[in-house]
Amino acid sequence: MVRKGRAMTQRRQDSGPDALLPSREPVRFLTEAGTAVRARPAYPVPDLDLLRLAYGKMVVGRRFDEQATALTKQGRLAVYPSSHGQEACQVGAVLAVEDDDWLFPTYRESVALVTRGIDPVEVLSLLRGDSHCGYDPRRHHVAPQCTPLATQTLHATGLAYARRRQGTDRVTLAFTGDGATSEGDFHEALNFAAVFRAPVVFLVQNNGYAISVPLSRQTAAPSLAYKGIGYGVPAEQVDGNDPVAVLAVLSAAVRHARSGAGPFLVEAHTYRMQAHTNADDATRYRAEGEVELWRKRDPIARLEAYLRKRGALTDGDVAAVAAEAEQFATALRARMNTDPSLDPTDLFAHVYGEPTPQLREQRAGLETELAAEVR
Amino acid sequence: MAPTTMAQALNAALRDAMHDDDSVVVFGEDVGALGGVFRITDGLTHKFGDERCFDTPLAESGIVGFAVGMAIGGFRPVVEMQFDAFAYPAFEQIASHVAKLRNRTRGRLGLPMVIRIPYAGGIGGVEHHCDSSEAYYAHTPGLKVVTPSTVADAYSLLREAVEDPDPVVFLEPKKLYWTKSEVDLPARAEPFGRAVVRRPGRDVTLVAYGPSVPVALEAADAAAGEGWDVEVVDLRTIVPFDDATVADSVRRTGRCVVVQEAAGFAGVGAEVAARVQERCFHSLHAPVLRVSGFDVPYPPPMLEHHHLPGVDRILDTLDRLQRDDEPDTRFAGGAA
Repeated sequence: MVRKGRAMTQRRQDSGPDALLPSREPVRFLTEAGTAVRARPAYPVPDLDLLRLAYGKMVVGRRFDEQATALTKQGRLAVYPSSHGQEACQVGAVLAVEDDDWLFPTYRESVALVTRGIDPVEVLSLLRGDSHCGYDPRRHHVAPQCTPLATQTLHATGLAYARRRQGTDRVTLAFTGDGATSEGDFHEALNFAAVFRAPVVFLVQNNGYAISVPLSRQTAAPSLAYKGIGYGVPAEQVDGNDPVAVLAVLSAAVRHARSGAGPFLVEAHTYRMQAHTNADDATRYRAEGEVELWRKRDPIARLEAYLRKRGALTDGDVAAVAAEAEQFATALRARMNTDPSLDPTDLFAHVYGEPTPQLREQRAGLETELAAEVR
Repeated sequence: MAPTTMAQALNAALRDAMHDDDSVVVFGEDVGALGGVFRITDGLTHKFGDERCFDTPLAESGIVGFAVGMAIGGFRPVVEMQFDAFAYPAFEQIASHVAKLRNRTRGRLGLPMVIRIPYAGGIGGVEHHCDSSEAYYAHTPGLKVVTPSTVADAYSLLREAVEDPDPVVFLEPKKLYWTKSEVDLPARAEPFGRAVVRRPGRDVTLVAYGPSVPVALEAADAAAGEGWDVEVVDLRTIVPFDDATVADSVRRTGRCVVVQEAAGFAGVGAEVAARVQERCFHSLHAPVLRVSGFDVPYPPPMLEHHHLPGVDRILDTLDRLQRDDEPDTRFAGGAA
């Protein structure tokens, strides 16, 4: 039995505003080498089965990410913001909630969406440029990947409130990065969520940079998790490259929200191993030594080492997961190497429920243009 | 029948919509106990409880973004922006999400929601309380933009806005809130996308919407004394736009003047003028002219009467319609 200690589900009952504050240091279960830390945090340790599942998803996610980067170099994607290094956060977030808990991702959450089970070709539609959102949000309970920063945190809050009003115990999870915490909508979302006790978990993946701008230009707060207390939102900070800690903290945050206690803010300290996107040049604003430092904290290597030590992962398991990831990438590559078939008149299909007379006219005009091209 | 004000008609529309559909929720700043600064939500919290009509934190982007989430979750939010210029913090939510979500998701996530905005001037309001912001919304594909000019339309168009599967920016002309008319509620008028001829005439078409319609009608009466038989068309819904009714009227009269309170440059009136000349060129006896506010920030209250298009400015403009085939010399200078 794990001693719960200052477990988050009990914090709301604590007296005083201190209960809203995060731990002074990020919650960490694993050392950089993947061994258990000596002073175990006061959170239940995730099941080994869940951690094995997370390992498999992270390996597939990274291989997917590499494949997407390669497809971008080949001109198959317009742009790709890599998740390399942030797999623990993205996989952990999805595994911490249920399949019908809505996710509100940003453009960098491709690995999270693949983990949710969305067809990777549909995930990449936005970045290939054939559709703004390739998947069915209602089927997967995943909002479209959001490009305007932090705007979707309000949608997550409104939907969380709506579903609670409808008598369900569903929660929503909103992803943002460190830069987005400077946007007004992030603050309005925390405030609305707290005032209306909306069951939403805000996950800030603090990867150190908003494109090129370092965290020191985003905030003077001790850490981003301290943004919660001003709104009455309890918060925690976690080592975002420690999959055990990410799962432990997010699971507790989700329990808190699901119990009816309101929103929760989690800041995950992580690192973007690649540039912002393929169009960015990270060498202009960060030193290679810094990247090397984070390479040693690789979340997949840490979890693999931990699971092996616990006897929960064998050479055979690792090989099987690697083979699965390779198969996943091969299939994706093959499917992405054909041009999508697009109907230009679809432009007019979903502007309104019923097209206006003007849109019908414009559609007819485009059809005439298209017919002329064929001739 | 007791006369009803436009404010009462809007209130009745919200009350009836909430009564007929449990998923309709009303929220915003001061809409609860106070009933809104213009009392449009008066009594709704008392009647339906504070889960159906509630105050929010004072943050317009938050209000609209929260409504987006609730609409995805199956509610029909009707949110109030307290004044036209106070809606600007919500513009990113409106332009990037409210307007686009149906399109971005290929029809899978429609947003049945209404953003009510008291707008335009003529009430002696201090700055930031009198903007005519319709062009911003009308220029954004995916939004419907509605503005009533009569008490009956206020009720009918708001009911239709709440029932519409798409997001509606519902612009309420503040200066008309207290206009009265004898109407039987619930009243249903012409649907979205239909302009209405408020006054038939043979010589010239005045196209107006929202707060400018009563001014146009007054000008039409005055013009009758000068021998003009003026037709007045009320657009009612700027989006969807009723090209057919406007073009039909101008083809009959051969002359067109567009009236709006907003600054003229790149405004709705410019769009109307362009559409009219595209469709009615061979029927026009004179250029399509506009009567609008000046291209200045909304003036202080003691000066607003110089800014707002009034009867005299409309009559002066009618005089320039080349009734006797004399060329209009006003645009002869190099700047024109």
